[in-house]
Amino acid sequence: MCGLGGIFNRDGKRIPGNDIITMARMMRDRYDGRGGGFAGYGIYPKYAEYYALHLFFRDEEAKEATEEFLKDRVAIIKDEEVPMRNVKEIPKENIVWRYFVEVPHKFKSKKEYLAQEEDYIIDTVFTINDEIDGAFVASSGKNMGVFKATGMPDDVGRMYKIEKYKAYCWITHGRFPTNTPGWWGGAHPFNLLDWSVVHNGEISSYGTNRRYLEAHGYKCRLLTDTEVVAYLFDLLVRKQGLSIRSAAIALTPPFWKHIDKMPEPKRSIYTALRMTYAPAMLNGPFAIIVANRDTMVGLNDRIKLRPLIAAKSGDFVYIASEEAAIREVQPELEKLWAPRAGNPVIARLYDDVREEVIH
Amino acid sequence: MVRNFPPDFIVRVDKEACINCLRCVRECPFGVHEYDKEKKKWKRHHEKCVACLRCAYMCPTQAISIEKHPMEYSPHPVWTNKVRKDIKTQAETGSVILTAMGNELPYLNYFDRLVLDACQVTNPSIDPLREPMELRTYIGRKPEKVDLEEDNGVDLKTKIAPNLKLETPIMFAHMSYGSISIEAQLSMARAAKEVGTYMGTGEGGMHVDLYPYADHIITQVASGRFAVHEEYLKRGAAIEIKIGQGAKPGIGGHLPGTKVTAEISQTRMIPEGSDAISPAPHHDIYSIEDLSRLIYALKEATRYKKPVFVKIAAVHNVAPIAVGIIRAGADAVVLDGFRGGTGAAPQVHRDHHGIPIEVAIASVDQRLREEGIRHWGSIIASGGIRSSADVAKAIALGADAVYIGTAALVALGCTVCKKCYTGKCPWGIATQVPELRKRLNPDEGARRAANLLKAWSHELKEILGALGLNSIESLRGNRDRLRGVGLSDVDLEVLGVKPAGR
Repeated sequence: MCGLGGIFNRDGKRIPGNDIITMARMMRDRYDGRGGGFAGYGIYPKYAEYYALHLFFRDEEAKEATEEFLKDRVAIIKDEEVPMRNVKEIPKENIVWRYFVEVPHKFKSKKEYLAQEEDYIIDTVFTINDEIDGAFVASSGKNMGVFKATGMPDDVGRMYKIEKYKAYCWITHGRFPTNTPGWWGGAHPFNLLDWSVVHNGEISSYGTNRRYLEAHGYKCRLLTDTEVVAYLFDLLVRKQGLSIRSAAIALTPPFWKHIDKMPEPKRSIYTALRMTYAPAMLNGPFAIIVANRDTMVGLNDRIKLRPLIAAKSGDFVYIASEEAAIREVQPELEKLWAPRAGNPVIARLYDDVREEVIH
Repeated sequence: MVRNFPPDFIVRVDKEACINCLRCVRECPFGVHEYDKEKKKWKRHHEKCVACLRCAYMCPTQAISIEKHPMEYSPHPVWTNKVRKDIKTQAETGSVILTAMGNELPYLNYFDRLVLDACQVTNPSIDPLREPMELRTYIGRKPEKVDLEEDNGVDLKTKIAPNLKLETPIMFAHMSYGSISIEAQLSMARAAKEVGTYMGTGEGGMHVDLYPYADHIITQVASGRFAVHEEYLKRGAAIEIKIGQGAKPGIGGHLPGTKVTAEISQTRMIPEGSDAISPAPHHDIYSIEDLSRLIYALKEATRYKKPVFVKIAAVHNVAPIAVGIIRAGADAVVLDGFRGGTGAAPQVHRDHHGIPIEVAIASVDQRLREEGIRHWGSIIASGGIRSSADVAKAIALGADAVYIGTAALVALGCTVCKKCYTGKCPWGIATQVPELRKRLNPDEGARRAANLLKAWSHELKEILGALGLNSIESLRGNRDRLRGVGLSDVDLEVLGVKPAGR
């Protein structure tokens, strides 16, 4: 069991981290203290054009090795320790540092290099995680960051001084791990570039999804099933150009008996997506929130084996495992509902929120 | 010289129960039972008995039982009775030993060393009687990605290559008209149509009686090219080029002229009574580029409307060969493991060539992924699939679907007596003798063959439910849900499976 929550302001208004900590605290009995975390979008407006790398180092040696590696690969615009306060509940296991970096000029000389630039950052992240002992990249997007550790999420939030950051999109997660050991890197959110994912449940199709992603060059080394969700969104949306809605059809497709009854051309589209992305289909019990720079998505498995509640109040959108978490931060709601199994709830910047009916 | 060759079986008859009806004499195609009417004496030719059990089950008073013959040579672990008998047979005949069905040597069966996972607490198991559970499988080439134009409405830009739609990932393997009777083929064709899957014609062409089921039939193009013509190719749902067979990798086939009846002659398009020889290689395929030409010739002939499969025996170098086949344009590669059955094969080939299907699936699936072309073609596995558990394990290792041959025949009444090559199948399956063929009623056969598919499909759904999955594609290549028990590190590495306990 885990708990997850998300707050999204459709007008891009940035709010401090207090509300998301409150949301996390309201679901305390869903966690066992072995992992909690937050992701905030819009937190680094001053460095918005640079990739913000949040890193965990086990010791100074790992930090030096990483900096040695980074030095030849990217231009470091600024780096600093992530401000933290001591909290008695969480022993400090890691040095947490952030680097604002840009890709060297040679990769920016042409327009088509932009996509390559992102792949270059992904490659940088995978190389650090894979090859530098004791170093781990917690997040790598622009104008965003992931803050996570082994502990209750509200304690983690306090430790990282989350209340001092302002974001238009916050997501949080508390863990009750049953498949992998609790370690800082294994806490949620999982991130790659802009994509952050929090997940409650189990991806029972993990083996199939992982091998599909590996065939596309992704490296799944985090000892957890959640990372595949982030990579699948990266592959389907960023690399292959599907909309989030179409990606959701690929990841949690309707049952064949429903597809067979659809009118054309809908049936052909759904059939094509399902046939092509069969190895990407997510199976098992899950509720997830996926965010990127302009979107927050809530998604359940195809038979809704985990709770997920969505709500709307003015320009704010809320998604959480429990209604109480939403009501505590916003008692006045225009709408609160339980999205249907497999239907993505998509909130977009400068746009509305809606549950896309694909099931 | 004394022929010191103990029979394999002994026919025991309860004389009190026997009513001398002579039913056993009529039932046994091998001439085991002989009755001298004048002397009113029975003679049982034990040495001819193959333990098909036909007489025992047809005896109206259940007077007959077949037992293993108690007389054996002095025990020896190396010079087993089988070894000594084979040598004596060959000393007498000077010939290759002919046999049928699958590999008989006790090689390790990997399926029996692999166990499936199940849900406990953290992920709920799913009850297929209450929740939807999907087995639908598409066989054929898939695109790398789907291109949609999503500006005004949604427009599908990607064209999907022709695929076979299977409602269950189990098909009936290619067994030719000639090797088996039209009644046996009809049974499987009807079952395939009913269940929403496919059967293979084998190299024997498509008998006119099968035409109503042609949209559920995969036609075969093998080295003898029997029956191959435009209409035949266009009539079926897909085309399979047969390069090799698990039961006899590297060798061809031979249907004796005595079996080439008028109907078989018509279907195969060869003269009545002539031997039907399938050469070991295709004489227009001596290389991968030749294969590619045939694949595209067949696609051209069918206007790119039919998927083209290529079947090979699983041999040592199966992974690069299969990759080559997929790169050559095949929409699926069929891997036939060394336990695969046959109607006739030299024993030396059947028992000593090829590799197990489990490792072939694992290495081909892995290699296709490493080359980034797993979606170019499907993997169909065959050769020794005995149960729904084998199907599930084959799919978890990386297969898209399986073919079943022997299991289908057993469903039709076969008792695996291994005498298919004699053409005297006592159960009316592997025979063209009219009196024997009558023993298989295609209505009953269709019901039983369909039942087998339904039963296995039901079990597959239960297996998926226990794994917490509600669709077969989430099991495909999902080796995380398998564990090895009692396998070596190297075996586990090849299979890509962890040992139990990890």
